[in-house]
Amino acid sequence: MDVQAILSAATGGHGAVNPWAAIAYLVSGILFILALRGLSSPATAQSGNRFGMIGMTIAVVTTLLTHAPGTNTSAAHDGWAFTLDTIGLIEILAAIGIGAVIGIVMARRIAMTAMPQLVAAFHSLVGLAAVAVAAAAYLNPGAFGIADAAGQIHTVSRIEMGLGIAIGAITFSGSVIAFLKLNGNMSGAPIMLPGRHVINLGTLAAIIGLTAYFTQDQSPWVFWTITGLSFAIGFLLIIPIGGADMPVVVSMLNSYSGWAAAAMGFTLGNTAMIITGALVGSSGAILSYIMCRAMNRSFISVIAGGFGADAEAGAGGGAKEQRPWKPGSADDAAFLMSQAENVIIVPGYGMAVAQAQHALREMADQLKKEGVNVKYAIHPVAGRMPGHMNVLLAEANVPYDEVFELEDINGEFAQADVAFVIGANDVTNPAAKTDKSSPIYGMPILDVANAKTVLFVKRSMGGVGYAGVDNDVFYMDQTMMLLGDAKKMADDIVKALSGSGH
Amino acid sequence: MDFISIFSIFVLACFVGYFVVWSVTPALHTPLMSVTNAISSVIIVGALIASAAAGSATSKWLGLAAVVMASINIFGGFAVTSRMLAMYKKKER
Repeated sequence: MDVQAILSAATGGHGAVNPWAAIAYLVSGILFILALRGLSSPATAQSGNRFGMIGMTIAVVTTLLTHAPGTNTSAAHDGWAFTLDTIGLIEILAAIGIGAVIGIVMARRIAMTAMPQLVAAFHSLVGLAAVAVAAAAYLNPGAFGIADAAGQIHTVSRIEMGLGIAIGAITFSGSVIAFLKLNGNMSGAPIMLPGRHVINLGTLAAIIGLTAYFTQDQSPWVFWTITGLSFAIGFLLIIPIGGADMPVVVSMLNSYSGWAAAAMGFTLGNTAMIITGALVGSSGAILSYIMCRAMNRSFISVIAGGFGADAEAGAGGGAKEQRPWKPGSADDAAFLMSQAENVIIVPGYGMAVAQAQHALREMADQLKKEGVNVKYAIHPVAGRMPGHMNVLLAEANVPYDEVFELEDINGEFAQADVAFVIGANDVTNPAAKTDKSSPIYGMPILDVANAKTVLFVKRSMGGVGYAGVDNDVFYMDQTMMLLGDAKKMADDIVKALSGSGH
Repeated sequence: MDFISIFSIFVLACFVGYFVVWSVTPALHTPLMSVTNAISSVIIVGALIASAAAGSATSKWLGLAAVVMASINIFGGFAVTSRMLAMYKKKER
């Protein structure tokens, strides 16, 4: 196919859709579906990722061909003549190149524990890019084929544009706050403004009202006020949400970044953008739902915010009586586990904070050498984002077929000789099942209490987890508390195991 | 394309998204987020149109800025996903 023919067919009239380009965008949309489909198993995931890359290449190349910078001049003979603006093309390729270098460097350098921050940062970029594209379309509607001859933007396009810029701006400012909280630049504690519900609802109503008014009046002030208010509500919405709810927030912003892309896809009538937007939007929504269910929190209460604050107040109030508990040493733990048949390891985020995952995997390797059957049990909120703990374990070379999700392994604790809890607390607390007054009541937990012996690695007996609730598992007869730093404890157990001389 | 055909594509794609995402194994939810991040940067299509169009200098520079941002996401998102997926290994038997 002659490139010049594609170019002229596409740039000949903005209203007409080039069928070749439309098919190319459809193909890239389908490749994106296959990219997500590949993630159904770690074995097919890499090839899925490659489908995604091919899809993106097709979308970008198609756009570069159909919308190359340059001017059309009607030639005397048949057809169109196209003069390519070389400098314009170089500028665009340079912009892609700059982005590529920054993106690849970030992707190479980031620590796996910092994945939530990276994802939040990436979300903010999608949001800001959506805002920039919507603004560019507003300033130059003719180029996007969304205006009539008099320069009036079509009514439907105005609604789509209003939605696109609002969702994009909320995604941006919300993700910036989420990034600052996750990265520790900003306290994870919820910041509660007085009358925030009234302010938020008022701002939201104003955005919707102005978007409706935008269909009647396309003056700049309407457009920029919608933009400004949307940036503001993104900040306001995320500021009151506590650190513990960040997995939900990151998933929710993932969803928003998708809806923003879909809204822009409507404006441009582009199938690749619409399909992708719908995929990403549903994906983020489903992940938010999974995270909410794992914490037994309703989506509304997460958005309303303020979780961390209430729990801290509750913990300070009740003076707890001292209950007897059994301390243990690394040698005891090594002995117990080497004699066991089945050991289930329950890692939590505290393990990752202490950078104990490699030591933990070494421990598991030693145990396997002694013929012990070792499995890992992962609670959905074990990390700081959906699936985070699985990545951290994979980084430490833990084979993925030894790692099990809550519902798949919970029944096995009853047959386990040892449950080794390291850096986790609330996700093992039976109060979530029995104590209706507990702030974590109703949350699904890992039933470590059913194991014959529970080894609980914890920094000290003082702190009582994120939700501020005491854990009955500490005081059970079969529980041995291993107090100390998670990494040091795991290292000591490895030493004790290798010293025992098979 | 008229609004109704675009809207139909959108609704059907939401259903496809719903079923495809539920089939993703929970162990890969973090790579799922980073890859969705990368593909949602298909918004670069709009950015490329804006930066190639004549008529408004502001619009062009906004487009170029969006191209940079979307490219960071595309390259960064796919690269970090691939880096993570390379870590998932089966047990050696």
